[in-house]
Amino acid sequence: MSKGRINLVHLYPREMSIYGDLGNTRCLASRLRWHGYEAVVHSHHPGEDLLPDAHLLVGGGGQDSGQARVEDDLAHNAGVLKDLAADGAPMLMICGMYQLFGNAFVTVEGRRLPGLGILDVTTQGNAKRMIGPVVLETAYGDVVGYENHSGSTVLGAGQQPFGRVRSGLGNNGTDGTEGAVTGAVFGSYLHGPILPANPVFADALIALAVRRATGRDFEPADVDDSVADEARLRQVRRLAG
Amino acid sequence: MLRTTVAVAAGKAARAASRLRGGGSALPGLVVERVDPRFLAHALSGLPRGIVVVTGTNGKTTTTKMLVAILRQHGLRVFSNPTGSNFTRGVISSMLGEIPLNGRLDADMAVLELDEAHALRFTEHVKPTHSLLLNVARDQLDRFAEIDATAQLLARLSEQTTRGVVLNIDDSFISRGRDRIADGVEVRYFGVDPSIADRLPELQEADVRFDDDFTAPKPGAGDGLLKPRDERSFEVLFGEDDTVGPVELRQRGLAAMINATAATTTARMLLREDFREAATVEALRTVQPPFGRGEVIDADGQPLELVLVKNPAGFTVALSTYGTTPVTSMVAINDNYADGRDVSWLYDVSFESLRERGVAMTTGVRAYDMALRLRYDDVAVDVIEPDLAQALDRFLTEHRDEPKRIFCTYTAMMTLRRDLAARYGLANFGEDTP
Repeated sequence: MSKGRINLVHLYPREMSIYGDLGNTRCLASRLRWHGYEAVVHSHHPGEDLLPDAHLLVGGGGQDSGQARVEDDLAHNAGVLKDLAADGAPMLMICGMYQLFGNAFVTVEGRRLPGLGILDVTTQGNAKRMIGPVVLETAYGDVVGYENHSGSTVLGAGQQPFGRVRSGLGNNGTDGTEGAVTGAVFGSYLHGPILPANPVFADALIALAVRRATGRDFEPADVDDSVADEARLRQVRRLAG
Repeated sequence: MLRTTVAVAAGKAARAASRLRGGGSALPGLVVERVDPRFLAHALSGLPRGIVVVTGTNGKTTTTKMLVAILRQHGLRVFSNPTGSNFTRGVISSMLGEIPLNGRLDADMAVLELDEAHALRFTEHVKPTHSLLLNVARDQLDRFAEIDATAQLLARLSEQTTRGVVLNIDDSFISRGRDRIADGVEVRYFGVDPSIADRLPELQEADVRFDDDFTAPKPGAGDGLLKPRDERSFEVLFGEDDTVGPVELRQRGLAAMINATAATTTARMLLREDFREAATVEALRTVQPPFGRGEVIDADGQPLELVLVKNPAGFTVALSTYGTTPVTSMVAINDNYADGRDVSWLYDVSFESLRERGVAMTTGVRAYDMALRLRYDDVAVDVIEPDLAQALDRFLTEHRDEPKRIFCTYTAMMTLRRDLAARYGLANFGEDTP
């Protein structure tokens, strides 16, 4: 007996999932199933209308060419996405999609490309990439992942970061912040993908989605996360001592 | 000249020292590069039949070995860099064994396998006469950042090539580069016959860069197309009435057949009227797989297959190639620089084909991450042992009487191969000559 059906939307899986970010969707779908829920995964491609009753939205990183391919669609669906965000729909946007959820991306040449403005962050393009393994301290404990971005992101006044950098570079390599959180919308640079090795964070997103879909609190099952915990702890020990 | 002589002597000494240690293959090349930066250009100047560069994401080592085998079967003296040491200093290191102190290589032709980034650096010293561009796929994005960037590197390599370029007709990351090749430089293509075009998606990356205004080139009589007859044997078709094969390789799978098609097409361009079908078939039939690329080791009377996996396309091809004969398996994942430090790519591979049988062991620095990845595809893992030596020992003893297979990243393969060499008396790295 399913405890409820959750609509999971992956934005632009073809264009914006170059670094294994589809693994986040795979992880959420599996965990929902393990917890006794039914997960329905929808792939949203450019040119399609966004599913209005999305309970959880996920997006990933892409190449510049991939970002160019999704910009029109993102503009077309901006209203729906902003309404969903304001209404408390949980979203996890990684790397390129995190940047597109911000106020703007300013290219190396100084051109300002507007974003959705759901997160109060602004990204400046850099010639140099920030690449390497990362450990964060977050509300969900230590979170591990891998960053690979050329944009340097600055938080607006009052914008909460997703975490504090224990090892790695984070938003910009200088202020110690990583990612951003507004309501139930999470932005982060972390690939890995971020969710499989950080199941506490994955289940926090699931709890938000379950409440939205069913109106009831998340009723977790007993899931064995010992392998995920060991994978994470080993990275924390290696990188942050 | 004195500088070159000193460089060769210093490099030879470093090579002898590093072979005593059983160590890496690039150090002696580094020594020479420091002493004489023009060494490479000098060594390769005056090869009468030119310098061929083989590059691309997947299949470089295998294709290079096949091409060299075909050319040698035709009686040419060919210099090549063995063992996948595909940075410029690796090329120099491999020259040191056979180069005289005057620093000029004595051969008809050089066929060099080069890493995508280093292929371009190589052209700063030496212009290749011919280049073979295999494919572009997601690989080590911590080094190359983006697929598009890799495609650009290869297009620039083809611009630098002086006589002939061979391109993958089915990989638009590669074939789009045709317009950038200089006038007067011959262009040939290799690819698959339309009868198996439906199998391409399992082999290569989707190109999402442009809208679909790109039309693929039409193959002509100089272009080789792969036509498999069954799982093991195939032909390469050139136009209407010229065929090479049928031939059966010692390596399995479609990827190896495509590599053979690329090598055959390139050899046919290089040899022109000297190209002989029978010699080509003989060379392809007998060439041994390179270390770790589908190599089969006799482990206590049972076959042990060593399969290098570096990126999603490569791992996916390996799983589909070997999926038809499931055996007891181990997966070894390291995250050193040469492996790619980001292991995210494991989530772009589907491991469902391992579900029925499960995986006996995961090992390497990221053994737990690999086990976690398999868990999300409902593939059972019996043992997680990060230490490679201990894992190999357990794998070999606990499954002594069964056929076995190890999927491994590059540095994990190097370590495992060394242990296996010691255990079963195999040739060591650096001693594999194409």
